[in-house]
Amino acid sequence: MNNIPIEKIAKATPDSVARHIRGLSDRSIAWIFVAPTIFLLLAINIFPLIWTVWLSFTNSRVNRPNRAVEWVGLRNYERILTDSDIWHTMQATAHFLIWTIVLQVLIGFMLAFLINKKFRGNDLWTTIIVFPMMLSPAVVGNFWTFLYQPQIGLFNYVIAFFSGADSASFSMIGDVDLAPWAIIIADTWMWTPFVMLICLAGLRSIPNSIYEAAECDRASKWRQFWTITIPMVLPFLMLAVLFRGIENFKMFDLVVQLTGGGPGNTTTLTSIDLKREAFEKWRTGYSSAYAVILFVTVFGLASIYVKALNKVKER
Amino acid sequence: MSFSVTEPNKGTKWFAGVLVVGYALITIAPLLWIIATGFKSPADSIAYPPKVVFEPSLEGYVNLFTERTRATPDMLEAQGEPKNWYEQIARDQGTVISGPSRYGERFLNSVIIGFGSTALCMILGTAAAYAFSRFRVPLKDDLLFFILSTRMMPPIAVAIPIFLMFRNLGLNDTHLGMILLYTGVNLSLSVWLLKGFIDEIPIEYEEAALIDGYTRFQAFYKVVLPQAATGIASTAIFCLIFAWNEYAFAVLLTSGTAQTAPPFIPTIIGVGGKDWPAVAAGATIFLVPVMVFTILLRKHLLRGITFGAVRK
Repeated sequence: MNNIPIEKIAKATPDSVARHIRGLSDRSIAWIFVAPTIFLLLAINIFPLIWTVWLSFTNSRVNRPNRAVEWVGLRNYERILTDSDIWHTMQATAHFLIWTIVLQVLIGFMLAFLINKKFRGNDLWTTIIVFPMMLSPAVVGNFWTFLYQPQIGLFNYVIAFFSGADSASFSMIGDVDLAPWAIIIADTWMWTPFVMLICLAGLRSIPNSIYEAAECDRASKWRQFWTITIPMVLPFLMLAVLFRGIENFKMFDLVVQLTGGGPGNTTTLTSIDLKREAFEKWRTGYSSAYAVILFVTVFGLASIYVKALNKVKER
Repeated sequence: MSFSVTEPNKGTKWFAGVLVVGYALITIAPLLWIIATGFKSPADSIAYPPKVVFEPSLEGYVNLFTERTRATPDMLEAQGEPKNWYEQIARDQGTVISGPSRYGERFLNSVIIGFGSTALCMILGTAAAYAFSRFRVPLKDDLLFFILSTRMMPPIAVAIPIFLMFRNLGLNDTHLGMILLYTGVNLSLSVWLLKGFIDEIPIEYEEAALIDGYTRFQAFYKVVLPQAATGIASTAIFCLIFAWNEYAFAVLLTSGTAQTAPPFIPTIIGVGGKDWPAVAAGATIFLVPVMVFTILLRKHLLRGITFGAVRK
C-alpha cells in the first residue's frame, strides 16, 4: 500500500471536517473514554483523601462504631506536633532517607559512569544489576532477615570472613546501633539500580560532539568530567533523588518485614508508626491527622525541590 | 567509525567491565542464595559455615505446598508404602502429609488480582490516554502533577478511609475489592505512560482512516491500538509487577479469601520453627516471574519507573 497520497489527503482535509465525518461526535467519545477513569480515580484517590482530612478533625475510632464521632477541631494536630515520640520517628526517617540517598547516588552514578564505557556485554550486566528493584519489597525484606541471621546468615558470614570478627557476635537487626544500618544496606542493595538507570540515561543524552570539541580545546579528562559530564547529568540525578526521596519517606513494606520497626523503636519510620496508630491502636482521627501532616510535609518539600530542579534544567 | 576521541580505550573498558561485573556478582549473590536455599534440606540451610555446595533436595518445595503433621515411627509404619515421591520426602522427615498448604491459594490470588487489575487498568487506561492525547479534555495538564501527588501519600494514610469504604460496601477481603483498588492506584500512572506512547503515533494515520470511512472507534482500535501495542504491553507489565509486589494494602485489607502472596510468604512456618527452605522456595516461585518480565521489559524500564519523565 502506498501511504503518501493518503497522508497528503489527510493533511489537506481540515481537522474539523475529518473528525465529524461519521459516528459519534468527538466530544461525546472523549467523555465516554475518560469518564470511567475519572470516576475510579475520584473513588480510590480523591475521595479517601478528603475523608482522611475530615477524619483528622474528629475523635473517630473505627473499632468502636457505636461511639458518637465528635468534632475536635485542631486538637489532633496539636497533640501530634507536641509529641516527642513523633520527633524521634521523624529523626529515624531522616537518617534513613539521607543515608540511602547519599549511598545510592554515589554508587549508582559510579556504576552508570562505568557502564557508559560501553565494554562488551554491558547490556547483560545492566539487566542483572536491575533485578533487585523489580522484586517485592516485603519478600525481599523477609529474606534479608535470613541473610542477617547471626552466625548462619550469609551477610554475617561474609562480614566476619573479611573482618575477622565472630559471625555470631553481632546481630544486624537485633542491635540498636546496627538496625538502622541494616535497613539502609538492604534498601541500597534494592534501589541503587534505579539511580543507576536514570544516570545512565543522562550520560547517554550527552552528545559526543561536546566531548570532541573539548578534546580539540585540549581540556583534560578531569576537567571534561567536571565541566561537561556532571552539569549535564545533574538534572537527571536530581530527578532520581526526588523519586527516591518520596519513595523512602513513605517506606513501609521492606522495613516492616526486615525489622518490624525494632529493636525498641530505632527503625520505626513514619509509615510504620502511622500503621501502629491507625491499625493497632485504632486511633483513627489522630492517625488521619498524622497522615495529613506527612502528606503536607512531603508535598511541601517536593514542591520546593521541583522548583530547584527546574532552575537547574534551565541553565 | 574506527577511531574517535570519545571512544574509551581498551584498558578503560576492561577496568570498567571488571568493576561492573564485580558489583553485579555481589548484587546477584543474595538472590542466588535464596534460590539455592530453596533446594537445601532444613539442616543444610542453617549450617555453619554456610554451605555453598550441598546435596539438592526438594524438601523445601514439598513443605511449601503441603501441611504436615509429625508422626512416630510406628505411625509411619502403619501408613504403608508412600504413594508418590513427595509423600516419600515427607516420610523421610518423619512427617505425614495432612493436606495442601495455603500457598497455592495465595499464589493464585496474586495471579487473579494481578492480571485482573492489569486488564481493567489497560482497558480504562488506553481509552482515557487516547482521549487525553487526541482531544481537548479538562484536567489534561494537571495529570502528571496529580500522579506525583497521589504517589506522595503513604499507602497507610489512604488505607484508613479505603478500609472504611470497603467495609461499608462489603469489599473487604474480596478479589473484586483488591482488583478495583490496584486499578485505581495504577490508573493515573498508566494513563500517563500510555498517553506518551500514543502521542508518538502520527495523528495523520487516523485522519487518513477517518477519510476512508472509518468511525472514530474503528480508527481507534484498527489504527491506533496496533501501533501502540509495544507501549501498551510494557505499561501492562508495569501494572502487573506493581500489583504483584504490593504489600501494604494487601496486609491491611485482606486476611483470608483474597490474601496475596507477599503478606503470606513471611508467615510460612515449618513443623518446628522457621522453615527457611520452604520460605525460600515460596520466594523463588514468586520472584522468578518478575525477573523474566524484567528481561522482557529492559527497553522501557526507565520510562516506567520514572513515570515517563525520562524517555530514551
